[in-house]
Amino acid sequence: MHFKITSKTIAVSQLANTLQHERAGACATFEGWVRNHNEGQAVASLEYEAYAELAETEGNRILDEAREKFDLLAAEAVHRVGHLQIGDMAVWVGVASAHRGPAFDACRFIIDELKARVPIWKKEHYVAGESTWINCATKGEFSTDDAGPSS
Amino acid sequence: MKTLTVKYFAILREQRGDAEEQLRTESVDAQSLYEELQAQHGFTLPVDRLRAAVNGEFRPWPAPVNDGDEVVFIPPVAGG
Repeated sequence: MHFKITSKTIAVSQLANTLQHERAGACATFEGWVRNHNEGQAVASLEYEAYAELAETEGNRILDEAREKFDLLAAEAVHRVGHLQIGDMAVWVGVASAHRGPAFDACRFIIDELKARVPIWKKEHYVAGESTWINCATKGEFSTDDAGPSS
Repeated sequence: MKTLTVKYFAILREQRGDAEEQLRTESVDAQSLYEELQAQHGFTLPVDRLRAAVNGEFRPWPAPVNDGDEVVFIPPVAGG
């Protein structure tokens, strides 16, 4: 059970191998990708930044909570930081359990909690040339909108 | 007076123009320190949209600080 911040391409097959368990009958994974649009604007790229020490502490806490709530055999997650391009993978979550129910539920729980609690920030660079830190607006209609736009 | 290390991320890093600084302050907690720094640097986010971390752990406002502590103000997060 590990959550890590990385500045490198997420190595999915290596991560998936860490979920292997003889009692596992189900594996659910989630990938969050950089998409080319958000809130009606054409997005050129995304810049991610993390407070890595606390992000890893809080991410590991979320994996521990998932293990308490669901019947899991393994759980791993990685979030990438740096300047990512359209189609790049920003986050990967993987869990294994004896049956599919806890696997689906835990995967959803982990990505939702990661997005809500872990100190990672995202700056959208638009095709039109401007850029903005998501959820940090202090004027206008999105000033209190905490909806996570990506993935 | 106490000496603190403050780290800035994301929008606060850009508005401060620096990722980290050591400073001397009379502030007794992270909340009053933020208000002091906000007045100096024009941070746009109000304190109630931030969380505080002291020495690598989240702390509820007003988040008391002691000499030598590392303080981080956490803007609204947006991972994923």
